[in-house]
Amino acid sequence: MPQSVVVHRKRRNVELAMVLLAQVIGVVGYAITHINMFGALPSNLWAVAMLWLGLGLMLHLVVRWRTPYADPLLLPCVLLLNGLGLAMIHRIDLIPDPPRTDVLTQLLWTGLGMVLAILVIAVLRDHRPLQGYTYSLFLASLVLILMPLIPGLGVELNGARIWIQIGGMSFQPGELAKLLLTVAFASYLVEKRDALAVVGRRFLGIGFPRPRDLMPIGIMWALSLLLLVSQRDLGSSLLFFALFVVMLYVSTERSGWLIIGAGAFAAAALFAVSSFSHVQVRMDSWLHPFDNYDQNLQIISGQFGLAWGGLLGRGWGLGRPGLTPLSKSDFISAAIGEELGVTGLMAVITIYALFVMRGLRIALAARDDFSKLLATGLSFVFALQVFLIIGGILRLLPMTGLTTPFMSQGGSSMVVNWMIVGLLLVVSHQVRKPVAAPEDVAISDDSTQLISVPTSQARP
Amino acid sequence: MNKPIRRIAMVTMVMFAALLVQVTQIIVFQQDSLNAHPQNRRVRDQEFGGHRGSIVAGSTILASSQETGSGGQFAYERSYPEGELYAPITGFNSYDRGSAALEQTYGAELAGTADSLFVRRLVDTVTGRSPEGATVETTIDPAAQEAAAKGLGNQTGAVVALDAETGAILAMVTHPSYDPTPLSSTDIGAAGTAYEELLADPERPLMNRASNEIYPPGSVFKLVTAAAALESGMEPSTPIDTPAQLTLPGTSTQLPNQTQCGNSTQTLDRALQLSCNTSFANIGIELGDDALRTQADKFGWGYELSAVGGVAARFPEDPDPAQTALSAIGQFDVASNPLHMAMVAAGIVNDGTVMTPYLVDTVRAPDLTPISTTKPAQLSQAMSAGNADKLQGMMVNVVEQGTGSNARISGVTVGGKTGTAQTTPDKPPYAWFTSFAEGNDRKIAVAVFVESANIPRSEVGGNVVAAPIAKSVMQALM
Repeated sequence: MPQSVVVHRKRRNVELAMVLLAQVIGVVGYAITHINMFGALPSNLWAVAMLWLGLGLMLHLVVRWRTPYADPLLLPCVLLLNGLGLAMIHRIDLIPDPPRTDVLTQLLWTGLGMVLAILVIAVLRDHRPLQGYTYSLFLASLVLILMPLIPGLGVELNGARIWIQIGGMSFQPGELAKLLLTVAFASYLVEKRDALAVVGRRFLGIGFPRPRDLMPIGIMWALSLLLLVSQRDLGSSLLFFALFVVMLYVSTERSGWLIIGAGAFAAAALFAVSSFSHVQVRMDSWLHPFDNYDQNLQIISGQFGLAWGGLLGRGWGLGRPGLTPLSKSDFISAAIGEELGVTGLMAVITIYALFVMRGLRIALAARDDFSKLLATGLSFVFALQVFLIIGGILRLLPMTGLTTPFMSQGGSSMVVNWMIVGLLLVVSHQVRKPVAAPEDVAISDDSTQLISVPTSQARP
Repeated sequence: MNKPIRRIAMVTMVMFAALLVQVTQIIVFQQDSLNAHPQNRRVRDQEFGGHRGSIVAGSTILASSQETGSGGQFAYERSYPEGELYAPITGFNSYDRGSAALEQTYGAELAGTADSLFVRRLVDTVTGRSPEGATVETTIDPAAQEAAAKGLGNQTGAVVALDAETGAILAMVTHPSYDPTPLSSTDIGAAGTAYEELLADPERPLMNRASNEIYPPGSVFKLVTAAAALESGMEPSTPIDTPAQLTLPGTSTQLPNQTQCGNSTQTLDRALQLSCNTSFANIGIELGDDALRTQADKFGWGYELSAVGGVAARFPEDPDPAQTALSAIGQFDVASNPLHMAMVAAGIVNDGTVMTPYLVDTVRAPDLTPISTTKPAQLSQAMSAGNADKLQGMMVNVVEQGTGSNARISGVTVGGKTGTAQTTPDKPPYAWFTSFAEGNDRKIAVAVFVESANIPRSEVGGNVVAAPIAKSVMQALM
């Protein structure tokens, strides 16, 4: 036990102020879009504002009630991103004639995500019991990941087979698998970390694991490859593998795992580039997009949008994000860059970074291994996803077709990311909650009991 | 576990920093090239369908953009109220067939995307005002433009009028012309059809005969030869050997005179008045082709003048003495256009100084503050002031006593030179008139070119067809 006990302040009022500010930004985006496009405020502005502020307020109150010590910045960051995303999807809805109403579906998914986050906060309250379900969670993830391959259930969309369709609803089970796998990895590694940290052989001063301990990483590597080959899902494949390697590294504190992981990834990447035409196409459109304008129209148009937006952007409703295919989903950050400018896009990236930093702070402050690993895993996978998708749009990396958390159109990603927020809020509450320090159970608080002892009996 | 977590935190921060650096890199190093990319529809649509600035001549609006109000792809549509008359100046602005003239050369300013409008764009972005392009104010004098068009009438040809002291283009007319409005329509299909029709028209209405084509100048080139002669030390009174027929050196070809020049000698002054071919052929042989070419270049021959839609005039590279003799009278491979010929007259009347011709006086922001104003600039010193004065006198004599009698205006000093250039025997010759007018503190140069005058062949001559047009333009300006 540490000598001094850090007592975290709750800072719930700070959270409330930030939540309101974050939400007003989204509503203002909605209003400005209508002013710029039609010269008038939207007729339902007040209803929309009340609904949106009400949702945020509800979340805030649940946090106040059930997880009062939770990190106060997580919720405002997420609500700001979510509000911007909704406003941008609505803005792109207005381009075709008649306008589309995709934003309503997105708002429904957002609401469902918020409800699930509330359930996580109110019902789960403590994440530590999750530690007991290592293998069932892993199995469930595996089933989810492989689901799109089932004929009749899985559908191929935009070249990747990562969707399932039940009734009229489509869902990306891989998004949920991301959350379940993180929990499964965390609890697995808490159990096995001591064995996996044993050094087999030293090379260049770095301890490498024993060959017999390579089995888990080998399984993950094979699973990622399977994902890549069968579903052509470059992004998720990289995401899952990197997540496991990083969590392995954190739990064992052996950088040898990182080197093995990087090597295995490099081998898989080389194999993918040389064997799969769609990976080669992605590489070409990353390195030389202008060589084939028609094929790389999307990435080129995204770049044109950024340049057109410039430093301060064209303004809400004044750009041409509709020229970029999938500007609501994969390329929503290009649409943000076009209309809110490089300044707006940088602000969005910074908010993602802030969210990740708060998550990693929770990991640092946590007192038990499971909390540390879980918070690290959730934060890292979030950071990597943002890096891969926005990096792809900016042509820093090849396109991977991942979702942009809280912003891009799509229900599965929205719902799962809200559950992640719920889980992080719970973890941070448990981490920051004051422990029962000695002074908390000070004798002075208890009423002193006098036991009456008969004098005659006391002195025999 | 905190050490690896801190390291992972570092790694994630590096990832986010990389994203921020890449955004910065795109905007700092790639923005211009991305915006200039020919397939960038955002920029193309904005420059085509945005609120482009107007093109004006004085208070006459030559081109302006009106709101379409249709809520379609393009918010504004371009129209050209003066149509054909100003087409060589405004040009057109089509969606997918390019643009021409000022619409092209001042495209970025008119669209409001030019670098010089950057601060204003920034202010527009911040204040939420919808962006508007700059207004381009031309140097054209509508009265002169109309007089030139009226004088030219239905004849194929072109007229250019210059302010000799500044180089400002006061009139630029070409006929046949075209209406730029249909070409600039937001109905892209119809605009394409209109363009194809104009392109297929055998009369070639899209061509700017005033500055963008070159033709044999014939006798008006004798002004350049005369200038070279004066610069070489001859005087207007110097007698020039003028036989009735000149056998071109090294050949048996006989060069005759077209006018009554006798069969002995003529002074340089009189030879210009009568436009004697053999006199100027002899001068050419005596001075050599280098002297003629140098003199022509000093008048701006080699300059493309693309800012005003020009092309370079031509003087043969390496002619033999017979070809030099023909070149000296504006035949063989010499080619020019009204713009270059007007510059010759302008140089002579402006004491030998040739000014760079320009078409845009001021580019003005929507709030009427000037963004750029053209300062008159000297192109070259074609001849000494003294020799220019002598040549002015010789040109005045052409009008007063020689072949250019139809350009006389009472109360104004007018000098000129006629020209008739033979092309092929079955086609009518080209008629030229290059002239200046001096009076009312103004020095004007006017060049007229008529490609196919609708009059009988025998009457064709610069004085009959072209000089009256020049006269009416001068009268409009004086």
